[in-house]
Amino acid sequence: MSGPSDYQPSNPALQWIERRLPILGLVHSSFVVYPTPRNLNYWWTFGAILSFMLGIQILTGVILAMHYTPHADLAFKSVELIVRDVNYGWLLRNMHAVGASMFFVAVYVHMFRGLYYGSYKEPREVLWILGVIIYLLMMATGFMGYVLPWGQMSFWGATVITNLFSAIPYVGESIVTLLWGGYSVGNPTLNRFFSLHYLLPFLIAGVVVLHVWALHVAGQNNPDGVEPKTEKDTVPFTPHATIKDGFGVACFLLLYAWFIFYMPNYLGDADNYIPANPGVTPPHIVPEWYYLPFYAILRSIPNKLAGVIGMFSAIIILCFLPWLDAAKTKSSKYRPLAKQFFWIFVVVCILLGYLGAQPPEGIYVIAGRVLTFCYFAYFLIVLPLLSRIETPRPVPNSIADAVLAKTGSKSTPMVSTAIVLALAGALFAGSIDSARASEANDKPPGNKWSFSGPFGTFDRGALQRGLKVYKEVCANCHGLSYIAFRNLAEAGGPGYSVAQAAAFASDYKVKDGPNDSGDMFERPGRPADYFPSPFANEQAARAANGGAAPPDLSLIAKARSYGRGFPMFVVDFFTQYQEQGPDYVSAVLQGFEDKAPEGVTIPEGSYYNKYFPGHAIKMPKPLSDGQVTYDDGSPTTVAQYSKDVTTFLMWTAEPHMEARKRLGLQVFVFLLIFAGLMYFTKKKVWASSH
Amino acid sequence: MNPDASTIAAGAPIEVDLSPVAEGQDIKVFWRGKPIYISHRTKKQIDEARAVNVASLPDPQSDEARVKSGHEQWLVVIGICTHLGCIPIAHEGNYDGFFCPCHGSQYDSSGRIRQGPAPANLPVPPYQFVSDTKIQIG
Repeated sequence: MSGPSDYQPSNPALQWIERRLPILGLVHSSFVVYPTPRNLNYWWTFGAILSFMLGIQILTGVILAMHYTPHADLAFKSVELIVRDVNYGWLLRNMHAVGASMFFVAVYVHMFRGLYYGSYKEPREVLWILGVIIYLLMMATGFMGYVLPWGQMSFWGATVITNLFSAIPYVGESIVTLLWGGYSVGNPTLNRFFSLHYLLPFLIAGVVVLHVWALHVAGQNNPDGVEPKTEKDTVPFTPHATIKDGFGVACFLLLYAWFIFYMPNYLGDADNYIPANPGVTPPHIVPEWYYLPFYAILRSIPNKLAGVIGMFSAIIILCFLPWLDAAKTKSSKYRPLAKQFFWIFVVVCILLGYLGAQPPEGIYVIAGRVLTFCYFAYFLIVLPLLSRIETPRPVPNSIADAVLAKTGSKSTPMVSTAIVLALAGALFAGSIDSARASEANDKPPGNKWSFSGPFGTFDRGALQRGLKVYKEVCANCHGLSYIAFRNLAEAGGPGYSVAQAAAFASDYKVKDGPNDSGDMFERPGRPADYFPSPFANEQAARAANGGAAPPDLSLIAKARSYGRGFPMFVVDFFTQYQEQGPDYVSAVLQGFEDKAPEGVTIPEGSYYNKYFPGHAIKMPKPLSDGQVTYDDGSPTTVAQYSKDVTTFLMWTAEPHMEARKRLGLQVFVFLLIFAGLMYFTKKKVWASSH
Repeated sequence: MNPDASTIAAGAPIEVDLSPVAEGQDIKVFWRGKPIYISHRTKKQIDEARAVNVASLPDPQSDEARVKSGHEQWLVVIGICTHLGCIPIAHEGNYDGFFCPCHGSQYDSSGRIRQGPAPANLPVPPYQFVSDTKIQIG
C-alpha cells in the first residue's frame, strides 16, 4: 500500500484494468511481495485471524438480519424462530454469538502481543492508536449486538450501560434520553441499536483498512524488535505469511467450532433466554465476559462519576502507551524486568475479569480496588519508571542474526499458544457462570443424561414419556408457546410420524378467526399450530396462581442455571458439561419437602423446595408416584417422571441439538485434516527460511 | 434522535386509585415506561424517616419535602436506582425501604439513599392528589 506499484500483469485484460485502476498492483505489493520479517512467531497470525473473524461476523450478521425483527414485542421470538425454523438458523446464530466472543479472544491476544513486543513504539504509534479505535468500536458493536435478542440480560445490560452516561454532570440525563429515544429503554432503543449494530462493523472494516495501511507503511514489528535491514531479514508475504496465517486460522477454527457445536451457551448467560421484562431486575447483572475487567473497575470505585471515568480511562490510557513507555528496546524478550511486569499485568487483567462476575460484596470489593490500582499502576508508574531504570539485554544486530542464534527453542511459542488459548477460552471467559454461586447453597445433583457429551442424542422413549407428563401435568399451568405440533414429527425429536403429530394436534382446540361474520371460533389443532397456552395472558396466569405467573417452559432448560464456581467452570470447558439447566429443572421437580428445615420460614401460599433459590416456591409439588401411566413399562415414579419431562424440555429448548452435534463431528474431522495439511505445507514453505 | 411525538403522547399523566392499598402495602405502576412505587407507609416507617438527622444523609432532603403535606402516609417515588438504573426491591434492606439487587444500594422508608454506590435519593415524580384516594402522576 505504499507508493506506486511496478506490478505488470501478463494477461492483457488485467493489464487493461491495471492501467485504469491499479488494484491488482495494490494487492500484489501488499499481500504477495510485501516483505515480512522472517522471525515472526505464531502470535503474529492473530491479525489474519481477526480479519477472518470480522468477515465471518459480517457475513453471518447480514443473513441473520434478514430474519430478525427489531421490535420490543417480537425480537425475542424472532431470534427463537431463527434458531428453530430458519434453515441452519441455529448454526448462523451460534456462529455469530460465539463469533463475537472469539473475536474478542483474538483481539485480546493481539493486544497483549503488541504490549509484550512493544509494537506500539516509534514508528508505529498511529498504527497502535487505530487499533485502540477498532477495539472501542468492537466494544460498542458487541454491546449493541447483545441487546438485540431482547432477553433479560440484553434489556438490563442496556439499562446499566446507557445509564453510565447519566454520570456526566449537567448534560448526562439529556444524553441518556437521546440514547433511549424515550423515557426508558424500550422499542425505540432497540431500533436504533439494531441500526447502529449494522453500521458499526463497516466502520470497523474501514478502520481496519487504515490499520493495515499504517502497518504496511511502518512495516511489521517482530519478536526481536529490530527493524529489517537487509533482504536476508525478510521473506515475501506470499507464500510464507499466507500459509502460516492459514494454519493459524485453522487452529483458531478448532476452538471456534468447539464452542459453536458443543457448548454454544457456555459463554452466554442463562437469563438471556428469559424475555426482557422492564419490571424485574435479574439478581446479578453481568456483562459479557469480554467487558468484565472494565466492569470490575467501574464497580470498585465507590463514586458514580469517578467509576465511569475510571472505566473509560482504563481503555483510553492505551492510546498514550507509546509515550508512557519510553524505553528504546522494543521487545520484552530483551527487557528482563518489563517481561515479569507484563505477565503480572496479564494476571491482573484476568483476575479483574473474574471479579467482574462476582457479586460486589465483602472481599471482592477490596480485591477489586487493589487490582484496579495495579491496572493503572502498570501504565502510569511501572512502564515510565522501567524505561528509566531498567538495563535491557543487548539486542541482536539484525533479524537474520536472531534467527541463526535461535536453536532448539522453536517449539516454545507453540506450547505457550496452546496454554494461553486454553486459559483465555476457558478460565477467563467462563467466570461469568460463577456469578450465581452465592445464591445456590444447595447445588442440584448431576444426572446422567442421554443428550450430554459430544455424541449425545435424545432418548426417544424419554421424549415421548416426557411429552405425556407435560400434557397431563405441566400443561395445566405452563405454556409451551415456541413448540408447534409439527415439531413432534421432526428429525431429532420424539420420533412421531407426521400422521401421529396431526392426530395429536387435533386433540387440541385452537382459537382462530375472525370468520366472515367477524366472530372468533374454535377448531381442532393442525400440525402448524403451536401448543396453546393455559392462560389468556400473563395477568390471568398471575391472578390464578397467587401472584406468580408460571413461566413458559419452551426454553426453561436453557433459561435456568446454577453457579458451577471455580474451578468447575474450567473443567466444564473440557468435559463439555452443558447440563446445568436440566440438572436444575429435574432437581426442583424432586426437591419438594413437606416440612421446611428449622430456621427457614416459608410464607403463606408458598412451598419449601430444597433447590429453588430462596427455597420458597409458589408451585405446589407437581408430581407424585403413579400419577401418570406409562405404556412402555417404565417405572411410574417421581424420579422417572422428572427425568423424562426434563429430557423433553431440553428438546423443546433446543430441537436441533442432535443436528448440531452431528454436524460438529463432521466439521471437526474436516478441520483436523485441514489444519494438518496446512501445518505440513507451512513446514515445507518455510524449510529454507529458518 | 429525541423521543418522537407518539412516545411523548404516551407519556401523558395517569390517575391512580389509592383506596385498595392497605397500610404497609405498596403498588408498582408504570408511567413513561418507568416503575413508580406508591407506598402506604406505616406509622413506624414515617417516624423512622423523620427521626433521621437530615444533614447526615448523602443526599440531604427532609421527609416532609418528599411527600405531600396532609398525605404523609403516601410515598410516591420512581423505582429506578439512581446508580445504574436497576429496580430496587421494596421492603428490603436495613432501612425499612428499598434495596437494589444490582450493586447493593439501600434506600430508607422515604426513598432516600442511605448506603451503597447510588449518588442520589429515589426521585419523586410530579404528582398531585385529585381527591383523598386518588392521585395524578405527571
